[in-house]
Amino acid sequence: MSPTLMPTSIQPSRDPAAQYVLRLADTCLILGQRLGEWCGHAPVLEEDIALTNTALDLIGQARALLTRAGEIGAQKGAPLLDEDQLAFLREERDYLNVTLVELPRGDFAFTVVRNAMVATFLKLVWQRLAESSDAELAAIAGKAVKEARYHQQHAGDWVVRLGDGTAESRQRVEAALDSLWRYTPELLEDDAVDEYAGASGLGPRWSELRAPWLAEMAVLLDEAGLAVPKDSAFRSTGKRGVHSEHMGHILTEMQYLQRAYPGGTW
Amino acid sequence: MTTPNEWPLWEVFVRTKAGLDHKHCGSLHATDAKMAIQLARDVYTRRQEGSSLWVVRSDQIVASDPSDKAMFFDPMEDKVYRHPTFYALPESVDHM
Repeated sequence: MSPTLMPTSIQPSRDPAAQYVLRLADTCLILGQRLGEWCGHAPVLEEDIALTNTALDLIGQARALLTRAGEIGAQKGAPLLDEDQLAFLREERDYLNVTLVELPRGDFAFTVVRNAMVATFLKLVWQRLAESSDAELAAIAGKAVKEARYHQQHAGDWVVRLGDGTAESRQRVEAALDSLWRYTPELLEDDAVDEYAGASGLGPRWSELRAPWLAEMAVLLDEAGLAVPKDSAFRSTGKRGVHSEHMGHILTEMQYLQRAYPGGTW
Repeated sequence: MTTPNEWPLWEVFVRTKAGLDHKHCGSLHATDAKMAIQLARDVYTRRQEGSSLWVVRSDQIVASDPSDKAMFFDPMEDKVYRHPTFYALPESVDHM
């Protein structure tokens, strides 16, 4: 690239298989970035390390998935894009993470409720992807499911502690659950991308995860003494590239270095 | 010592692989045993150090009194005959 040119954004493949993998990759990537924001700010040192461990697990999963999404796109005729190009050089509308993970990190209750929701979802995804028709994806899933299982347990234990803790912890965890719940239907519904993935054996239609996700969340919330919130008509649309107002800000921070110093490494 | 607002302290022991002993590697604060085990995993085994963890409340450990050091340990200084170095060992016995 000529140094006189501004680094241009790249366009990911529109192929449904690549999009299916990108949705998962970006969901891991953006939640990893959000959790990284806790570094140095968690309530206690030990939890600071636990949260950043989770962040690093998610970024590791994102790296493997982004690489695979780039390869799948190339097989379908798009230019081959690597993990760094996909992570740092796309425009906002080309990120396909669910809106849930881009919401600002909030307080500790908000973080652990969201982590429990996403870890439960990802654990179910990885369990199914272990049988993917794509051997590479199945291998990624086999490793990631162990990480997700721990994330689910760690976050879930916190939800129970806060729900069953002081008046303030209970009020905070209820508020978090209430504001996050309306973003969860996006994780549990289908569109054409899921239809392709289900029909080709690439991975589960996300709607197939709805019943087990709700069942596992119900057990957790019951243990925490929290009521399952009512369903809402609101539908977030991050996985189709239409994000909340928070997405641009997180991308600005994430992309700054690669935009300012193209190809920079350390 | 633990104040009412501070979580209790736990000592962490890590076994690096099956067959070896659990070794003390440090301490951490946690509200209960379950959290202590999870945080020990996150704090002390994140670089593949472990295959098993023990945690124990620090206030449950009984320690020797530092002022007893002279009485407890100094008398052993000149009793080299307690080391099994005065025997000829069979070749098959390694690492004594």
